[in-house]
Amino acid sequence: MSWEKLEIRTLKDAPKDEYFVAGHRTCQGCGPALACKLIAKAAGPRAVVITATGCMYVANCSYNTTPWAIPWMHAQLGGIGSAVCGAAAAYKAMMRKGKLKKEEIHVIGLAGDGGAADIGLSGISGAMLSGEDHLIITYDNESYANTGVQASSLTPWGAWTTFTPPGKMLRLGNVRVKKDLPKMIAAGHPNVRYVATASTSFPFDLMTKVRKGLAVKGPAFLQVHTPCPKGWKFSPELTVRIGRLAVETGMWTLYEIEDGQFKLSYKPPKRKPVSEYLKLQGRFAHLREPDYRYIQEQVDAACKQLGID
Amino acid sequence: MTKKFEEFPTWKEMPVGLVVFAPPVNGPNPHYKTGTFRTLRPVTDPAKCNKDGLCWLYCPDSCRSSDAETLFAVNLDYCKGCGVCAEVCPTKAISMINELEFKE
Ligand SMILES: Cc1ncc(C[n+]2csc(CCOP(=O)(O)OP(=O)(O)O)c2C)c(N)n1
Ligand code: SF4
Ligand code: SF4
Ligand code: SF4
Ligand SMILES: [Mg+2]
Repeated sequence: MSWEKLEIRTLKDAPKDEYFVAGHRTCQGCGPALACKLIAKAAGPRAVVITATGCMYVANCSYNTTPWAIPWMHAQLGGIGSAVCGAAAAYKAMMRKGKLKKEEIHVIGLAGDGGAADIGLSGISGAMLSGEDHLIITYDNESYANTGVQASSLTPWGAWTTFTPPGKMLRLGNVRVKKDLPKMIAAGHPNVRYVATASTSFPFDLMTKVRKGLAVKGPAFLQVHTPCPKGWKFSPELTVRIGRLAVETGMWTLYEIEDGQFKLSYKPPKRKPVSEYLKLQGRFAHLREPDYRYIQEQVDAACKQLGID
Repeated sequence: MTKKFEEFPTWKEMPVGLVVFAPPVNGPNPHYKTGTFRTLRPVTDPAKCNKDGLCWLYCPDSCRSSDAETLFAVNLDYCKGCGVCAEVCPTKAISMINELEFKE
């Protein structure tokens, strides 16, 4: 293991060095950028990051410059699965042939919700069955943000996007239910030893999960909830507060599935009403009381099933 | 005059394309300054700061120093003025001040 310890539980444990550095074109208060920074910090200097097309490619590596201080590569929007498999296999082969020094290299694939849950899903499924050593991380900003905030299969019910504008005929915005990607990965690939969810508003939990996903043998999967001020229509200073509210209301849940065993990582002591989360975001501004009640019922049922309540 | 096939470089001789050089660890990326995004500047009150470092950890732009003695000093060439640091600060030590109030 290339770190002193696996768990990062306090600020003292958090590595000082930054490998995702200042100087990128993301919006003010960008949640996915915070995710990149924390992921790189946890993974450390012997990591290699591959990012699928999306904000975390386009807004980071602008005009022939990059904020990644560790090796980084771009992959096509739907190509993250094959790219990480290829990189992991190539490192293994080069080390076997003596062309590279034998050491632990952490191959990380980053893809947005569009890149992971829609366009790259089959490739990720292949990567999960591959047996190569890598960690695929989905930064979930709940839309195709980079092309102007279109709905993806991870956009929540009721949300405005440019593809789901609420209007006179269709009052609600997005009427599809958010796909449960981590459960899908876990259920469909019983060989995968580590599947987890995290949030940029719980940075210690996130950093520990990055290390656990990298330490486990074979492929691993992590989905990180990352508030997006532009796509969710909120003021940039609220990024961390909104991410925290998502977990405190039960709209996002933090858990791990380790060797098939489900374990909650955080149980809000007393769940807050979902309206506290929804009302801070312009993408839900058109919703009314009955809609809040409907979402509350759905979230209550999901939390009961997960053992949060 | 058109080249003969044998005169073209082989794949082993081709220069690698689309390579971008990495910034140093801890940065910044010298080629892309983002301080002009900012309209509000974070200013830390030393009397209120308990030096816990949460502002450093949560900055999405990695533009705060990790040194507690400088109160996690902000690199103003890069700070976008998002206000996340002020929002997460448990002691409310950071104020976001209008850039127009600064001379420099
Ligand atoms: C195959 C393909 N289709 C469409 C695009 C256009 N495109 C570029 S970025 C992007 C959005 C990707 O969304 P997501 O993966 O959620 O990442 P985000 O932008 O939200 O960070 C799209 C559709 C593309 N580059 N490639
Ligand atoms: S649109 Fe959202 S994800 Fe993209 S750079 Fe802006 S805040 Fe980040
Ligand atoms: S978060 Fe606030 S109290 Fe903590 S180090 Fe930063 S300014 Fe000081
Ligand atoms: S205002 Fe935003 S970019 Fe500037 S130091 Fe604070 S968190 Fe970082
Ligand atoms: Mg997205």
